[in-house]
Amino acid sequence: MAKTYGFAKGRRGAVSINLDEPERELLRSLARQIEEFVAPDPLDPDADPLAALVGIDETAEVPDDPALARLFPDAFIDDDEASADFRRFTERSLREAKVAHAQVVIAALERGASDIPKDQVGAWLGFLNDTRLTLGSRLDMTEDSHDALASLPEDDPRAGLFHVYDWLTYLQDTLVRLVMPR
Amino acid sequence: MSIAPTVAPGEIELAALSEETERPWITLVWNDPVNLMSYVTYVFMTYFHYDRAKAELLMLDVHEKGRAVVSSGSREEMERDVTAMHGYGLWATMQKDS
Repeated sequence: MAKTYGFAKGRRGAVSINLDEPERELLRSLARQIEEFVAPDPLDPDADPLAALVGIDETAEVPDDPALARLFPDAFIDDDEASADFRRFTERSLREAKVAHAQVVIAALERGASDIPKDQVGAWLGFLNDTRLTLGSRLDMTEDSHDALASLPEDDPRAGLFHVYDWLTYLQDTLVRLVMPR
Repeated sequence: MSIAPTVAPGEIELAALSEETERPWITLVWNDPVNLMSYVTYVFMTYFHYDRAKAELLMLDVHEKGRAVVSSGSREEMERDVTAMHGYGLWATMQKDS
C-alpha cells in the first residue's frame, strides 16, 4: 500500500515523515530562517537582572516587521498601555518558545529522523504555522487572494513563495488531521 | 442550634469577588486568512479541552463571524489564555466582558 505523502500514522502515537531529501532540506532551511527571524534581541546588559531572569523586558514595542507584528500581536484592541505591558511580560518567552519549536524540527531533520515522537508533534505544528504566517504576511495574503496568488506567472518573485506556502499548508493540514484528539 | 453561618472576616472580600464574576474578562480569537480550520479546531481541543463539537462551533464562529469568545474568567486567566493562543499562532485579544 502506498504511504501517505508528507506525514503518516506511525507506531506508539508517533508520526512518520515521508519526504524526499530536497523537501527535507527545504524544511530545514525554512526552520533555520524562522529560528533566526523570531529570536529575541540579546538581553540588555544594563537591564534589571531579576526581570531579565524571568523574561520580562523593560520596554517592548510592536515589531516593525508586519510578519513579526502578526506573530506577536497586541493583546488589547484599544488599550496601547495594557498591550505594551502584556508584551513586556510575554513577548520574550513567546519568541523563545517559537525558537525552540524550530530547533526541534532542525534537530530531527539533521539526524535524518524518520518519525516525529508524539511529544514533539506540537513543535512541528507550531513551526509549520509560524512559517505559514510569515509567508502569508510576505504575500499579503487575504481571504480572497489564494486564486490570484496560485495563478501568478512563474517569473513573479511571489510565485515561488506561494508554492512553498501551499506545500506547507498541505503538510500542516495532513499533520494536524493525524493527531486531532478524538 | 443555628445552622446560619457566622459572619466571617472574609465577607467583604467575597463581595468584591462576586462583583468581579459579574463582568469577567473574555478572550477573543479573530479570523485571519492563514490559520487552517483544522488547526484552529485542534488548538481549541488541545488547549481548552473542548470536545470536537464545541471546538468546531467556535472555529466556525471565528471563520464566519470574524471572531469568537473562546474563554472567560479572571484577568489573570485570560492573560494566560491569550499568551497560549499567541504561542499557537492564533490572533487573540482580551477585554472586559460588556
